[in-house]
Amino acid sequence: MKAAVVVFPGSNCDRDCKVAVERSTGAHVDMVWHGDTQLPDGVDLIVLPGGFSYGDYLRCGAMASLSPIMTEVKAAAERGVATVGICNGFQILCEAGLLPGALLRNERLKYVCKPVDLEVVNAQTRFTAGYQGRRQVAMTVGNGEGNFFADEETLDRLEGEGQVVFRYLDNPNGSTRGIAGIVNGQGNVLGLMPHPDRAFEAELGSADGAILFQSALASA
Amino acid sequence: MSAAPSKTMAQKAAEFGLKPEEYELIVKRLDREPNLVELGVFSVMWSEHCSYKSSRKHLGKFPTKGPRVIQGPGENAGVIDIDDGQACVFKMESHNHPSYIEPYQGAATGVGGIMRDVFTMGARPVALLNALRFGDPSHPKTKRLVSGVVSGIGGYGNCVGVPTVAGETNFHRGYDGNILVNAMCVGLADADKIFYSAAPAPGLPVVYFGSKTGRDGIHGATMASQEFDDASEEKRPTVQVGDPFAEKLLIEATLELMASGAVAAIQDMGAAGLTSSSVEMAGKGGVGIELDLDAVPQREEGMSAYEMMLSESQERMLAILKPGREADGQRIFEKWGLDAATIGWTTETGRMVLKHKGEVVCDVPLAPLFDDAPLYDRPWVAPQPQPRLSPADVPAPSDWNEALLKLMRAPDMASKRWIWEQYDRHVMADTLEDSATGADGGIIRVHGTRKALAVTSDVTPRYVQNDPYEGGKQAVAEAWRNLTAVGAEPIAITDNLNFGNPERPEIMGQIVRAIDGMAEACRELDFPVVSGNVSLYNETNGAAIPPTPTVGGVGLLRDYAKRARFSGAKVGQSLVLLGETRGELGASMYLREIVGREDGAPPPVDLGVERRNGEFVRREIEAGRLTVVHDLADGGLAAAAIELALASKVGVQLRLADDVPAHAFLFGEDQARYLIAVDDAQSLVAAAEAASVPAAVVGQISGESVAAPGLFEVSCGQLEQAWEGWMPALMGDAA
Repeated sequence: MKAAVVVFPGSNCDRDCKVAVERSTGAHVDMVWHGDTQLPDGVDLIVLPGGFSYGDYLRCGAMASLSPIMTEVKAAAERGVATVGICNGFQILCEAGLLPGALLRNERLKYVCKPVDLEVVNAQTRFTAGYQGRRQVAMTVGNGEGNFFADEETLDRLEGEGQVVFRYLDNPNGSTRGIAGIVNGQGNVLGLMPHPDRAFEAELGSADGAILFQSALASA
Repeated sequence: MSAAPSKTMAQKAAEFGLKPEEYELIVKRLDREPNLVELGVFSVMWSEHCSYKSSRKHLGKFPTKGPRVIQGPGENAGVIDIDDGQACVFKMESHNHPSYIEPYQGAATGVGGIMRDVFTMGARPVALLNALRFGDPSHPKTKRLVSGVVSGIGGYGNCVGVPTVAGETNFHRGYDGNILVNAMCVGLADADKIFYSAAPAPGLPVVYFGSKTGRDGIHGATMASQEFDDASEEKRPTVQVGDPFAEKLLIEATLELMASGAVAAIQDMGAAGLTSSSVEMAGKGGVGIELDLDAVPQREEGMSAYEMMLSESQERMLAILKPGREADGQRIFEKWGLDAATIGWTTETGRMVLKHKGEVVCDVPLAPLFDDAPLYDRPWVAPQPQPRLSPADVPAPSDWNEALLKLMRAPDMASKRWIWEQYDRHVMADTLEDSATGADGGIIRVHGTRKALAVTSDVTPRYVQNDPYEGGKQAVAEAWRNLTAVGAEPIAITDNLNFGNPERPEIMGQIVRAIDGMAEACRELDFPVVSGNVSLYNETNGAAIPPTPTVGGVGLLRDYAKRARFSGAKVGQSLVLLGETRGELGASMYLREIVGREDGAPPPVDLGVERRNGEFVRREIEAGRLTVVHDLADGGLAAAAIELALASKVGVQLRLADDVPAHAFLFGEDQARYLIAVDDAQSLVAAAEAASVPAAVVGQISGESVAAPGLFEVSCGQLEQAWEGWMPALMGDAA
């Protein structure tokens, strides 16, 4: 099993993601610089970590989505490689067009950091199969622009096709329909605002994030 | 060199904050009038902020050595040994004046500056704390200042990706015109890879890297050394603007440069920018320095030498590289997209020579700048002692239920969730306890080990106001107690001494006596000072702030699994109070918030008792016999019991004492006390007594209210509403 964490200038959860994936799954994790033009051979999981890539200047994730490595990430995603964008990584996936929708400024206009309980809306995805039907998991959020938005038609489609993966039980940022995480139509690209990389062992308050990484690599 | 008429230069000196006699001293040392650049350099180096000229004499009283101290005061930050070849690097610093003028940027750059002090030493920043003091909640400026400061702290720390794990916030009209923003950063390094600022030899390249130099923050250090008046907002242009993204790149580039082995000495550009960084590096190393200012990366066109030397543009570093290693630097700076240039060399002259556009614009000896700054033994008068109050001097509440609710929604007591939910407390995935868990300090794992650091920030300004000596002792003792309450071994402190104008003998008296008290506590508790910062002239229109010597403490947990928590009390457990209660109500929270008085001597701290009680608690935690521990502080036993009940989501039935009146027993703020929830109270009481620690069962965990028979019963729901509701109501955010 091989995983890669992409490091953009301003990523700040890159190490957290590496450690979380290693400790959860035992996979070998390579750090890939955003300016690189190649992903490691045979990579089974790509993680776009949280942080403030390019300082979130212009628009969250906008500049990172144009980094050289993103061409390779898109190609790998199209080949079906499991790809997870967490927080800023989710914003980058939306900006890159790998996921629909956008992440807006939080409803109360403030950064919010708190533990959140999530409903596992679709437990059949390759990222949630490991929850084995569990309906509720715990992680934490930390974002200023985590307010998921898409037009009604897109939202209906996402819900209808099982692409809504996680929903907040108590919406911390005003996300439309309480959406916390979605997958693409192919089911191999997941974006979520809550941090599985901060919930991978009980000492951190929850180990539910570990199961997400284990699931993602289980099919590898 | 351009010669200016001496009259103008003397006048300029006054504008730069130099006293006439200080200006005369410069002329004497140079044997001539300084030019404008030289005057600028002298004025910032001799400012209170950089020279500690009013406090230096007294700072020498602090113990600064200990078996775990690797580096004490005098470097960018203190360094302590945390075993296994690892070190913890930490410091606290104020950004008071800038935060009052421009709260967002002032607070943000305060966080940025303190992080640079830590990673300059070779440490990766792993935790942030902040100690905030605002004016009265009803003051027209308070809300705007709270909102701006909190956004600024979060905006910077969150982006850089260092968790903000603990802090304290007070409100008092004494800070109406001069808020305090003290930020602390804690970092981790290998003990044998600490970097220092002293230039090791002449002939080495001086490399500038980071953001470009602009015209922001010129004379910030001077501003921080002056009183405020109504025209202070005109000083907004002296406040720097922060770029946390640049800081994040700077951290990674600096740590990478250090790992490459290219760095001989390094210093961040903080207060007084390029001036103080270059003077300190050359001065400490006993060499000279020559800089070519044309090579400095500049953000604006046409900057003068004076502006470049005095700029406090943020996110800049100065490094002296080992011979032939400039290519390593270039490679790393390019990777991280940072501006960089070799701007000069260390020399053998012992002088600072600055060249700009082909001219020598400054040529002064380093010695007077660096270690020959004026030293004042300012006159001081001993503070007027306040009488010690007995319980009979203070009325009991007429309505107990209302008194408890009022206490919990008092500005200093109420939950600060509104603040800390705006801080990323979890990034780096090593946070075990933070503001949210209500622990007495933040706890972060030492990455990849079973060890953890406990960190806390403490001072009780109303105690220091009424008795600077006892208040100073108490600030140190409380930090020690907070670390002890989680089971950590307290190791060392950083201090941030915030006071008014030291030229007034009564303020100087506060400074001297507070330092005496702190030093005494540090000695008795083996809790040395390893770094610190002094912020004086915290006055507006002649009114000084309450004396506020903030103490940042760091402790070590050898195995974080064996720590005590603040929550987790279970129904059926007993509450045991360790330590003696005489019912000290002087300068108490009860006296101020319920009775409406601020008089009386603060509770005295018996350091021998403090140590005895604390060592007992730590031993019991290490042995695994205590898991729920809370130290007693503001609001006494009543507040501690309520906080414990709310954190554990349980009720508490309190039992009163026979020998102390109820209001003094419940609200007294006697020191060296701990409240513990435990299954087997008898064994604990017996063990405590065997260790000569007073112990008594003071209640049971049961029900859904906090009650004392015959006195009060308030539901936990009401208490929680009072405690959680105050700050959102103030800030106009109902959630």
